[in-house]
Amino acid sequence: MAESAQQAGAAPWQSPAASAAGAPTPPRPSPWLKALPFIGPVVLFIVWDLAVRSGLIKAILLPPPADTIATLITGLAGGALLGDFAVTVWRTLQAFVIAAVVGVPLGVLLGSNEKAYRSVEFLIDFFRSTPSSALIPLFLMIFGVSDVNKVAIAAFGALLIVVFNSAYGVMNARKQRVMAAKVMGASRWQIFRDVLVWESLQPTFVGLRSAVSMALVIVIVAEMFIGSDSGLGHRIINSQQVMNVRDMYASILAAGALGYALNILFLVAERRIVHWSGR
Amino acid sequence: MRSADNVINGPVYADVPKAPFTPGPAGTHITIRGLTKYFAGWPLYENFDLDIPKNRIVSVFGPNGCGKSTLINMIAGLVPIDSGEILFDGKSLKDTKIGYVFQNYREAMFPWMRTIDNIAYPLKLEGRSKAQVDRRMEELVASFDVKFDLKRYPYELSGGQQQTASIMRALAPEPEVLFLDEPFSALDFEMTLFIREKLQEVFMQTGTTMLLVSHDLEEAVYLADQVLLLTKRPTRVAEILPYGDARPRTVETLSEPSFVSTKKRSLEIFQREVRR
Repeated sequence: MAESAQQAGAAPWQSPAASAAGAPTPPRPSPWLKALPFIGPVVLFIVWDLAVRSGLIKAILLPPPADTIATLITGLAGGALLGDFAVTVWRTLQAFVIAAVVGVPLGVLLGSNEKAYRSVEFLIDFFRSTPSSALIPLFLMIFGVSDVNKVAIAAFGALLIVVFNSAYGVMNARKQRVMAAKVMGASRWQIFRDVLVWESLQPTFVGLRSAVSMALVIVIVAEMFIGSDSGLGHRIINSQQVMNVRDMYASILAAGALGYALNILFLVAERRIVHWSGR
Repeated sequence: MRSADNVINGPVYADVPKAPFTPGPAGTHITIRGLTKYFAGWPLYENFDLDIPKNRIVSVFGPNGCGKSTLINMIAGLVPIDSGEILFDGKSLKDTKIGYVFQNYREAMFPWMRTIDNIAYPLKLEGRSKAQVDRRMEELVASFDVKFDLKRYPYELSGGQQQTASIMRALAPEPEVLFLDEPFSALDFEMTLFIREKLQEVFMQTGTTMLLVSHDLEEAVYLADQVLLLTKRPTRVAEILPYGDARPRTVETLSEPSFVSTKKRSLEIFQREVRR
């Protein structure tokens, strides 16, 4: 879709440019601009490396960056780190899917009935503002020390974000689009199906993106503190306790990379699916 | 329930008998009787009567805030009325097919549908078969002489193209009445001229009753069979000016004495009402 639009847009542009031979070409963006995003990480690595080399920070607390990266790569290329990484991904995805499957329809329904939303608004806002990690003991009582517990609490935290965003997406739907459908004779159900659901898609995606980040945070915390024998959180706290800092930093970087990748994944999906957003 | 003894300032309407229904003159399409609408506690329309003729274009013109758009929105059922009656050839709105063109086409089209699906949407709502939809779409595309790609999404089109598409959408189910709420206000001059001509063409082809709200007097008179001039609120009809130059009207029409005098007269009434 974007491609065809670009091609069609490009066609009328080419003829004047081709006919005007010798016309000044538009300034080409400097290759430096493309390198800009890499400057920050490179500087961080240099500072990190210098800090370790100069003995500013003891090597027992902070391993050199090259070693850390090497540990990360070998770990993820089939080492033990990969197993824990996969477990964390799996738990996060389970929690996220539960939150999305329950939360999006629930949010859309609540949003299309404003009275219903107002009646539960306080609960949603209250528990949305409660740090989910504070609820870990409560979930421990309900689910015990289990895998289900970690997924359940992460799903709960993520669910509230999804519900909130989807509901507001419906409530803030452009009134004029609803009126346009109404004047064309659409029934309440048709307005809901053909307008409200679509209007809520973009805020829903914002909710899903925050929800997956939230799910990851809670899963990692739960893996650290709810008796666990797998997962990145477990690995981070374990390697810290045996002072295996190389492994600890590699695991932290792996968790960071996971969070970043999930965020990008959702941004790309949103741009694909909600192609009209911002236009 | 309410006893007359303890109600001191009872609602006035309680005792007023309903006025007998008086039909409009022959050729009336929309009859409005006793229309009342309060806005923030103040009357915007009070006991407002109006007859809108069939197969004519009526332009609505009046001072700011007199409720031009509110009037057509009430007729189109987008704004609820407090009391009164609005009938289309004696039928209620529920039994009448209408089309509506918004000023802000960007927020009237559905950006998740391709333009062609936007235009076909009201046909699908009616439950027409695929073949019927296709046939009607072909008719529309031919009569509008569309030069842009309808497979694009609305946001990929220019403003004028989007407004053309939203007029096509409004006309697709062959409505009895077409409402146009300042359809040119968000367009540049070139596109305004283009859409104005398109509307005139469509009107000459179909004779659809049209109600046009405009803030541009020249535009209002140019398209109109009748210019409906409104007063300041509480809004009443200041005057209804007929304008009968033959169609198609062209650039030359703009300098015809009949056009000039109608426009001048409208302006006089408008200014009288604004100063009142």
